[in-house]
Amino acid sequence: MNSWQAEWNAYYTLVRREVRRFIRIWLQTLLPPAITMTLYFVIFGRLIGSRIGEMGGYTYIQFVVPGLIMMAVVTNSFANVVSSFFGAKFQRFIEEIQVSPVSNHTILLGFVTGGVIRGLLVGAIVTVVALFFTDLPMHNPLVTLSILVLTALLFSLGGFINAVFANNFDDISIVPTFVLAPLTYLGGVFYSIDLLSEFWAGVSKLNPMLYIVNAFRYGILGHSDVDVGVAFVMVGLFTVAAYAYSMYLLITGKRLRQ
Amino acid sequence: MTTALAIKGLTKVYNNGFAALKGIDLTVGQGDFFALLGPNGAGKSTTIGIICSLVRKSGGTVSVFGYDIDVDFPGAKRQLGVVPQEFNFHQFEKVIDIVTNQAGYYGLPRRLGLERAEKYLRQLGLWDKRNNAARMLSGGMKRRLMIARALVHEPRLLILDEPTAGVDIELRRSMWEFLREINQQGTTIILTTHYLEEAESLCRNIAIIDHGEIIENTSMKALLKTLHKEHFILDTREEVPAGLDLSPFDGHIIDPHSIQVEIEKGESLNELFSWLSGQGVTVTSMRNKANRLEELFVTLLAEKGTSPAAVAARAAGGQA
Ligand SMILES: Nc1ncnc2c1ncn2[C@@H]1O[C@H](COP(=O)(O)OP(=O)(O)O)[C@@H](O)[C@H]1O
Ligand SMILES: [Mg+2]
Repeated sequence: MNSWQAEWNAYYTLVRREVRRFIRIWLQTLLPPAITMTLYFVIFGRLIGSRIGEMGGYTYIQFVVPGLIMMAVVTNSFANVVSSFFGAKFQRFIEEIQVSPVSNHTILLGFVTGGVIRGLLVGAIVTVVALFFTDLPMHNPLVTLSILVLTALLFSLGGFINAVFANNFDDISIVPTFVLAPLTYLGGVFYSIDLLSEFWAGVSKLNPMLYIVNAFRYGILGHSDVDVGVAFVMVGLFTVAAYAYSMYLLITGKRLRQ
Repeated sequence: MTTALAIKGLTKVYNNGFAALKGIDLTVGQGDFFALLGPNGAGKSTTIGIICSLVRKSGGTVSVFGYDIDVDFPGAKRQLGVVPQEFNFHQFEKVIDIVTNQAGYYGLPRRLGLERAEKYLRQLGLWDKRNNAARMLSGGMKRRLMIARALVHEPRLLILDEPTAGVDIELRRSMWEFLREINQQGTTIILTTHYLEEAESLCRNIAIIDHGEIIENTSMKALLKTLHKEHFILDTREEVPAGLDLSPFDGHIIDPHSIQVEIEKGESLNELFSWLSGQGVTVTSMRNKANRLEELFVTLLAEKGTSPAAVAARAAGGQA
């Protein structure tokens, strides 16, 4: 075991490198979500939103903004770790870390912290953009912030697991396209599940994204379609499981060492 | 003497079932400059990969300065710096960042990492290039960047996997000079190569690996002596007298009608024949017995495009 000081120095190095990486390529990492979300706000908030009227007791734009912020956090946390770790594997500079005495926890936390920071930063950017279109009351800051961090953590871990299994660049776009996007779009970002028939509302409740989006919406607006406590327990359990599985992948090294 | 590296019964079977290492034993003393010589595919990189944790071993033990990798891998890794065969840095990262970050992974504080990075980049003639992206460097510079990176935590054992492959002669000599210097300052060095010449000019001890087995582990001097000799098998008409002392020719009796002798390359055989005649032994035929080591060198040289005769001459020169 390394000394705590040595582990901290290694952790700091990893996080610093991760953050500098996404800032260096800000045109690919920070700008696109700002633009996409502005378009969402213009179209769903202003143009179409005015025709939809109220949803869950809020103007339509107020209703969609929390979900859109969360969508940006999820996508960016995931994308940061999956592309950074896969890049390290692909160009083999992951070996720089593997030959050093740094512990597996520190490696995982280093990459994941990078993902969380990018997720939160993009979340903040999107929030600032949103404030040009509507007011956000901030009903419960503690719930808002904790669900935000927990979600960023969970999807950073997801990105890590995806990167470990990926063998080529196609493999790192499959999950965002075929899993994350549908779950998010059907996860109550754009509508309240009260609008759905009983059957589809029931199906929607199997979607973890629904809980995340609603917990966050509760934090900001004070309105949720589901029990916020359930949302925290669920995201918490998924996060613990994803961390344990990531550690298992690192320790056995099956896909990282020959 | 402290042992820098001790490998016992090391085996590796890759996922596809290929046995790359078939139980190798290797001991390298502290302060040594050690060569692991072998043709392509012999298992050199596999061995090094296992020592530095990039390859999972199938069996056997490895310890670095007494740290068993199964017991305290981080402890072993702290003693060790590795320069891999293939470039494995971030192509778009700056030279200075690559070296400083490596110091960070080893747990050094950033300020010390920067100092060390400057020290080794200067020593390796890369300080001027510190702000260039690694991909802008020439092949030789990239190799030196990896050496600086491997030294940044000041390891006691430096392992280099074919460090001079693809490096031009002039640069190769200056790299050799650098390695000699840090070896003299106390760093134990192991390098793999498939150039006998490189091993010969740098290393004190040598192990030769082929098809995943160590076929020779000796001092450089003793190896050159072996290479300098030729083995002949002579068949005789008469039975060889049982007590015949062949030691003047480093020989021995194989069976009643054949003997084996070792003769320095280029030396006259007349003396041997007249001595045998004097003992009443008539030689009816004679063949050259190539041992596995010699066969291996023929392969090594074929790879390099040199003739076996040239190496014999060089080996002779090396002895003088
Ligand atoms: N990942 C792998 N899977 C299967 N076989 C491998 C793998 N890596 C290396 N080998 C094989 O193992 C043998 C030893 O390779 P290596 O250690 O790289 O040799 P060297 O470094 O001496 O040239 C070679 O035959 C090589 O083809
Ligand atoms: Mg090799």
